[in-house]
Amino acid sequence: MREAILKVFRGTPVEAGKFITYKVPVEEGMVVLDAIHYIQGYLDPELSVRWNCKAAKCGSCSAEVNGDPSLMCKTRMDQFAEGEEITIEPIKTFPLIKDLVTDVSFNYEVNKQIPPFCPADDATWIFKQEDIDRVQEFRKCIECFLCQDVCHVLRDHERKDAFWGPRFFVRSAGVEMHPLDCGNRIPLLEEQGGLGFCNITKCCTEVCPEEIHITDNAIIALKERVVDEYHDPLAALLRRVFKGK
Amino acid sequence: MNQTTTSPVPAKLGATSRSNAWLIEPAVIFCGFALFVCYVTWRALYDWQYIEWGPYLSPFFSPKLIFPGWQWSPAILLLWEPAAFRATCYYFRKAYYRALFLDPPACAVGHLGGHKYTGENRFPLILQNVHRYFLYLALTVLALLWVDAFVACSYRGHIRIGVGTVVLTVNCLLLSFYTCGCHALRHLVGGRLKCFSCSTAAHGQFKIWQCVTRLNERHALWAWTSLGTVAFADFYVRMLAAGVWTDISLLQL
Ligand code: SF4
Ligand code: SF4
Ligand code: FES
Ligand code: FES
Repeated sequence: MREAILKVFRGTPVEAGKFITYKVPVEEGMVVLDAIHYIQGYLDPELSVRWNCKAAKCGSCSAEVNGDPSLMCKTRMDQFAEGEEITIEPIKTFPLIKDLVTDVSFNYEVNKQIPPFCPADDATWIFKQEDIDRVQEFRKCIECFLCQDVCHVLRDHERKDAFWGPRFFVRSAGVEMHPLDCGNRIPLLEEQGGLGFCNITKCCTEVCPEEIHITDNAIIALKERVVDEYHDPLAALLRRVFKGK
Repeated sequence: MNQTTTSPVPAKLGATSRSNAWLIEPAVIFCGFALFVCYVTWRALYDWQYIEWGPYLSPFFSPKLIFPGWQWSPAILLLWEPAAFRATCYYFRKAYYRALFLDPPACAVGHLGGHKYTGENRFPLILQNVHRYFLYLALTVLALLWVDAFVACSYRGHIRIGVGTVVLTVNCLLLSFYTCGCHALRHLVGGRLKCFSCSTAAHGQFKIWQCVTRLNERHALWAWTSLGTVAFADFYVRMLAAGVWTDISLLQL
């Protein structure tokens, strides 16, 4: 039987991290998460990993496989060449708890800052599919936080103090574009969410396992709304003239 | 089991655990930019005597601006507009932030800048937000280029379609795909609405938004192909004007 070589990161916040190499038999249809489970079951029961569904739907098993932020349960073993060393590391943007498990609570704190969906009191609750298509794309998000992990504003520039990250622009766009929503989160996104830090380099879109067009459909659409409110003198003038404000 | 100690966090420029060829994309884009900028600079500043031949006018020199007393290249008066439009384009921003500014060079690849990074929040990059104003100008320029393509269909009072007519028309077509797939246009024509079906006017805007969206999905493709055709259209007219190439007539009435 073919064997895969897995170089897995092991460590805790107090011990220096190290890579341990394991040899795992490869079966047909196997994914990286299966290989990690094999290690846990037969070679090293101490290895920590977070997972739930093994169906790419819970967003728990995010890791960096050969440096690419990916879901371990969606990364097939047959894509690696025979004898290739497969490196598996935790997502690097969030603090390490142990081995492949990180503390992603930053994301839950950001989420609390977004004003939720607020329909008008007299909303009819009838809308057309064409009005909800945009929102449905954003609702596919499984909160794997791979986009948060890869975003260079959080990852390399460490701007967690001033930047919400792509996942929360997706969530904001989902409520902002809802036909029944009456809120306006644009000033908050600009002033608190740090939308202007995003330089639209699209890494979030590249890694999203749900294939949400994060940059094109959520972030750029929000940036254009910010332009409407903050950077377009002509639009401001027209608003004044036509709304008599 | 075999152990090696390392830290998981990349800190340096180019530091990454990625094992695939991540360098190729920024390198190819860098070369594409370099090639185009060199060609345009040479044409606009040093080789600008060849701007038209017969009914064909090079897109770099359209509309034809001739002022008494202006003894420099007319391209100087014109090319700032497409340059500013493309420099503030959301796709090209992505391309040069990666390939030129290396911020980031590729996804999950370490780079410099640290915590003082300000993105598009401060001068000068906050100026990217004027993109829609350059879009208004670009739409005007595009209309003038279509006029040039139309003019290129006749010569000395007769209808004549030459290879040059095809070259200029294909260029206009690709420039239209690029310009009409603009993200700012997508927002302005309908993307800014919360509800697409709430009024007849909104529904009309939705239909336009759908067309712009279809072009927008391939925005990078149109961005590069139109860059290629505009340079080729200019080169073709230049070669005719310099007498090096002859235009083949495809149809004459
Ligand atoms: S497009 Fe913006 S949000 Fe997405 S990874 Fe790049 S900088 Fe971050
Ligand atoms: S937007 Fe995509 S990458 Fe980001 S958390 Fe949601 S599913 Fe994951
Ligand atoms: S285990 Fe649920 S997404 Fe991988
Ligand atoms: S976004 Fe590319 S032309 Fe406007």
